[in-house]
Amino acid sequence: MQIKENPKEYDVIIVGSGAGGGMATKVLSEAGLSVAIVEAGPYYDPANPDQMTQMKWPYDSPRRGAGTTRPFGDFDQAYGGWDIEGEPYSQVGDTQFRWFRSRMLGGRTNHWGRISLRFGPDDFRKKSIDGLGEDWPISYDDIKPYYDKVDKLIGVFGSKENLPNDPDGFFLPPPKPRLHELFYIKGARKSNVKVMPSRLSILTKRINNDRGVCFYCNQCARSCMSYADFSSGSCLIFPAQKSGGQIDMFVNAMVRTVTTNEEGKATGVSYIDKTDKTEHKLKGKVVVLAASACSSARILLNSKSKQHPNGLGNSSDIVGKYLHDSTGGGRMAFIPDLMDRKIYNEDGVGGMHVYSPWWLDNKKLNFPRGYHIEVWGGMGAPSYGTGFNVNDFNKFFGIPVGGYGDVLRKDMRKYYGSLVGMDGRGESIAMKSNYCEIDPNQVDEFGVPTLRFNYKWSEHEVNQAKHMQDTFEEVIHNMGATALGNKADKSSNFGLTKPGEIIHEVGTTRMGNDPKSSVVNEFEQLHDVSNVFVVDAGPFVSQADKNPTWTIMALAWRSSDYIIEQFKKQNF
Amino acid sequence: MDRRDSIKSIMLGSIGFGVLFEGCVTGVSSEDVKKTISKFQYGRTDKELAYDKKLFSIQCFSKKEMKSITQLCNLILPPNEFGSIEDAEVPELIEFMAKDIPGYEIPIKDGLLMLDKISKQKNSMVFINCNEIEQKKILDQMAFPDPDMSSSEQKEEVKWFSLMRNLTMTGYYTSKVGIEELGYVGNTPNVWDGVPQDVLDQYGLSYDQDWINKCIDQSKRNETAVWDDQGNLIS
Repeated sequence: MQIKENPKEYDVIIVGSGAGGGMATKVLSEAGLSVAIVEAGPYYDPANPDQMTQMKWPYDSPRRGAGTTRPFGDFDQAYGGWDIEGEPYSQVGDTQFRWFRSRMLGGRTNHWGRISLRFGPDDFRKKSIDGLGEDWPISYDDIKPYYDKVDKLIGVFGSKENLPNDPDGFFLPPPKPRLHELFYIKGARKSNVKVMPSRLSILTKRINNDRGVCFYCNQCARSCMSYADFSSGSCLIFPAQKSGGQIDMFVNAMVRTVTTNEEGKATGVSYIDKTDKTEHKLKGKVVVLAASACSSARILLNSKSKQHPNGLGNSSDIVGKYLHDSTGGGRMAFIPDLMDRKIYNEDGVGGMHVYSPWWLDNKKLNFPRGYHIEVWGGMGAPSYGTGFNVNDFNKFFGIPVGGYGDVLRKDMRKYYGSLVGMDGRGESIAMKSNYCEIDPNQVDEFGVPTLRFNYKWSEHEVNQAKHMQDTFEEVIHNMGATALGNKADKSSNFGLTKPGEIIHEVGTTRMGNDPKSSVVNEFEQLHDVSNVFVVDAGPFVSQADKNPTWTIMALAWRSSDYIIEQFKKQNF
Repeated sequence: MDRRDSIKSIMLGSIGFGVLFEGCVTGVSSEDVKKTISKFQYGRTDKELAYDKKLFSIQCFSKKEMKSITQLCNLILPPNEFGSIEDAEVPELIEFMAKDIPGYEIPIKDGLLMLDKISKQKNSMVFINCNEIEQKKILDQMAFPDPDMSSSEQKEEVKWFSLMRNLTMTGYYTSKVGIEELGYVGNTPNVWDGVPQDVLDQYGLSYDQDWINKCIDQSKRNETAVWDDQGNLIS
């Protein structure tokens, strides 16, 4: 097979353009380094009218927004999903890991929930606290300056609360709560559950002249045409290009391996052009992997050579191990007080205006780590599924369910906006026995060996999920609502989501000081190969009960500063 | 069909994987496909466009079946001053969804046959030829699920009618006329500044002063944010 080789040698090749890749692109290019971004999906700009889904109506789609082509509905801005044609993955035994991928410039940052939480001091030293997992090689103080810089660069709303393990930052002011959120506040307080303004990377206030201010359409999942929410393209990569960075972009380019030389150093990457399935090579002095935790592990494991027979950076045999996702659980409820409510525009920002950080002490509980609670509800825009089972709630009032005719219109109006939901998102324990590896028997449509997952929740996560269900039930009762459906019990692991479903998979190239038990050092540099870095969520030692994105970016910025320093010392 | 079922069947539909349309009746002319497809502009990818085109190039329901579906939808939601099932293009949506979510097609077709069978037994003619009173009498037998049974335990005709009611309701309330009737007033640029006072009063609620002090002063939303060293906003 002919391999086309690009003659140019870049200072840095960055694989992937999501949160980590975008941050590395911005910091490294602005330091004057030449950068190649290699992205497995197409170019994407939320302001491009041909790609834009924001402000569309359900009837602009022939399926009215149903989730057939995209798992969160066809206005959601993630090209891909848990299942992508031609890019399979497999499972060991009865594992049911679900691997979400978004193939586009900006990756999953285009559709995510914008929940932007710093890890707290305790989150970096959990082993010292409860004896499980491992401590990070860095502390909150090492990363704090970078969290501060990320806050100011990108913008996040929130409030100063002085909580010990949910540190405050440089916040924009939050929006006022919606009506159902006031009901939640009431119920949560009565249940002694802490509740406070949420922390989302959405601009409630201007931060510069390149980005707009939120106009409250509730559609951050569709990526903002005004760049008023955080997406890697609109907030990192486009500004880096605008400020004159030397950035070449290779899109629809699926990286197969990191290439190495006789000394075992990286020389660049090989990739497949997905449009014509041709093979290409790019040369770079440094390779930065930011393809997502599992994709970066896959690239490393597939990069076998005489010098690295077990895969690149894998002399420890730790690449792919310690894979862990957030736990998840949820419950829906119906608020009778909100029947036949007055209708007004309460779209608000794309997500909740209030939430509950972890509020308890695990020493008094039968599980080791916490979870936060996200709240949803209200008078949302109709979409495919609206009106299904329109009057199921009639059974609470002993009146007939179903029927036909004008009575359905009354029921539709009566129940519109009366639902509320709570979702718990918690920390699981990173375990060596939960991993991804190369499946020896399968390749994708480009001929690249695929991943196989082995993953089991432990009783820690199951006990936590049970606690979530008990909490939801109590809060629902205390807010004057009626819980819907049956309470999840032991037979369903208390409603615990399948691993991968919360899309917070981390830990596959974990960070540490000991090259025998970790893959990268505190600067996300491979122990085995000094010119390869991993700046996605792979280096996470533990996940915390926070969402990973803010920490991915703070770490990527810190590692990029280190790369610049090493270039200055002529170490590459 | 409960919410979980509907999500499951949505998930089952998978783009481009050799979808089989066992019962689809006929092809559609490329001229008609072009006309239909151009009505929908929603930021889809080329691959998604090709998939939509493929679905529009197949006709799933016969003219007779479409007539029955349209009549049924009109009984479920009769026309009013806002509009009609036809204005909301509900039959077209059902035709589309039967291809988009392949699990819908056979049950819908089987249900239409069942409807005619019941109708013939009762009135010696197919459903569409009955008068409205006769039609409603038939629907009365299938429109009311037993609230104490799960959706999968319901009688076949009840399950089928629930599916048709769901598709009709969602089709109507995601259409232009249906959204107007519902009164949803979002999806437009605005400045959220909290729950209207009369609504707070109605529920006997009020905002905590502590909480509200932290919230955005919308008159300053366009002033560029500046912080002191401690992270206090000073603009």
